[in-house]
Amino acid sequence: MKVLTLNFLTCAVKSCKTSVDSFPLHPKDAELVSDDVELNPQLLVNLLPRIDWNALRTTATELGFPTLPEQPPTPEELQADEKMLQDLHKLLMETQISEGKLVCGACGHEYAVREGIANFLLPSHLV
Amino acid sequence: MDYLIRFSQSHETFRLPEIEALALLEGVDLKVISYSLDSPFCIVRLPSEDAARRLIRRSILTMSIHELWAHGPDLTAVHSAVKRDTGHLWPRYRTCSFKFSIDSYQGSRGSDAKVRIIESFSYLGFEGPIVMRGADEEFVLFEDWPFNASRLGIPEPNYFYFGRFLGGGARDLPKKLDLKKRRYISTTSMDAELALVTANLALAGPGKLVYDPFVGTGSFPIACAQFGALTFGSDIDGRSIRGDSKKRTLRANFEQYGLLAGLGGMFTADLTNSPVRRTALRYDGDGVTGRIFDAVVCDPPYGVREGLKVLGVRDPEKSLGVELRGKEMYKNPDFIPPKKPFSFLAMLDTILQFSAQTLVDNGRLSFWMPTANDEDQEIPVPTHPYLEIVSGLDDSSHTAASPTPKWTRRP
Repeated sequence: MKVLTLNFLTCAVKSCKTSVDSFPLHPKDAELVSDDVELNPQLLVNLLPRIDWNALRTTATELGFPTLPEQPPTPEELQADEKMLQDLHKLLMETQISEGKLVCGACGHEYAVREGIANFLLPSHLV
Repeated sequence: MDYLIRFSQSHETFRLPEIEALALLEGVDLKVISYSLDSPFCIVRLPSEDAARRLIRRSILTMSIHELWAHGPDLTAVHSAVKRDTGHLWPRYRTCSFKFSIDSYQGSRGSDAKVRIIESFSYLGFEGPIVMRGADEEFVLFEDWPFNASRLGIPEPNYFYFGRFLGGGARDLPKKLDLKKRRYISTTSMDAELALVTANLALAGPGKLVYDPFVGTGSFPIACAQFGALTFGSDIDGRSIRGDSKKRTLRANFEQYGLLAGLGGMFTADLTNSPVRRTALRYDGDGVTGRIFDAVVCDPPYGVREGLKVLGVRDPEKSLGVELRGKEMYKNPDFIPPKKPFSFLAMLDTILQFSAQTLVDNGRLSFWMPTANDEDQEIPVPTHPYLEIVSGLDDSSHTAASPTPKWTRRP
């Protein structure tokens, strides 16, 4: 599962939706792999407004990546900054969690990731 | 200038919506002059030759587009219109290599008759070499014959169109993505041609994000990735994504077509308990809203071949034991959560609500649904205050006769 996908996902438990702690989910015992993906600057620029930057900063730190700047770049800044493009591309598009867990900071529920596919199905008492 | 679109005579109700979607996608100003479901010929007005080529280059239901020189009910009318309106164009093609052909819809002619008709255009004065393959220019006379013309002994077509070939559609893509040659499919995999048309209706393209909440073996994401989109998907049954964990997996399908760059992320989830981040519904119009997807595309289970299930237990009081066992067991990696049947209509509402919460402004929801239930009662197209219906289509060739309504996110 790409770090990009992680930025789109929160805890599936309905009562957690209102809690700020349920997003982002926190990787635990995560095995990381890196895929070779061709850099697509236009895609990264399009992604910018859809990414929750604060959550991405948290995830980057938790996965041991260098700290991201406090503010997201503007589309113009991103397009002009080759290093920033490369860094974001590596983090969002190439880095994958292949095995491990994703933990909700609000309810503590752990979602398993196996073969890169996270499982968000809930037992009946949490539905 | 007017142009002639030569459609394929299949999935007729999808043809015009597909072209209209592509006009939007390519930023082409399109005006339809004449169109009928019964004919593969459609006259459109476009700003330029280049716009005409761009309009149809990724159309699945278009065979070709032509600069329209003349049309009429008989050859005499065609000739007089060619002479009246296009004399200024003839010198441009005087010396280039060229090819002349006749495309007879629902009819045919002997080769002698064809040659005679082609030679009747000799006044155009083309002196270049005639080349059957790779000619610089190709001129086509289209004939629209009445149905069953040869058996009824009808001697002449109803109508003629004459034009210069400009470009072809993407009729090769359904062959490329053909299910028969795909590594990994299931009983409900969507036909490649219809998946590609759906991707066009959803305006899938480079830099766009598309999500399929009933992804199965990935037919829609593959079609959208073929057009350059980054695709996401989920399924309540993770096994459909994982396949046999070796050669037959959803990922392997992307690999087979060289589309891995378009594979964003796949996960196991239930749309009624979705983990996808959503924003509160509001009209803001600022374009930056935290909403994620450009399109939601899906073929939800109708309950015919696959039962529609969501998380939960059917009767909480009777199934207290199940829930308690789940409470003890759910941390076990092999735990499979209980599921309950769900109404298709409720799922439609869930899909619309989800789409309104996650689509960017002008994003599109494009999905398949049955037109009638088991008792043959019509199922109305659902509506949502934040979504506007772009088109509702009918396709009787699809199992259970499904229209694919399409919504766009109101800004």
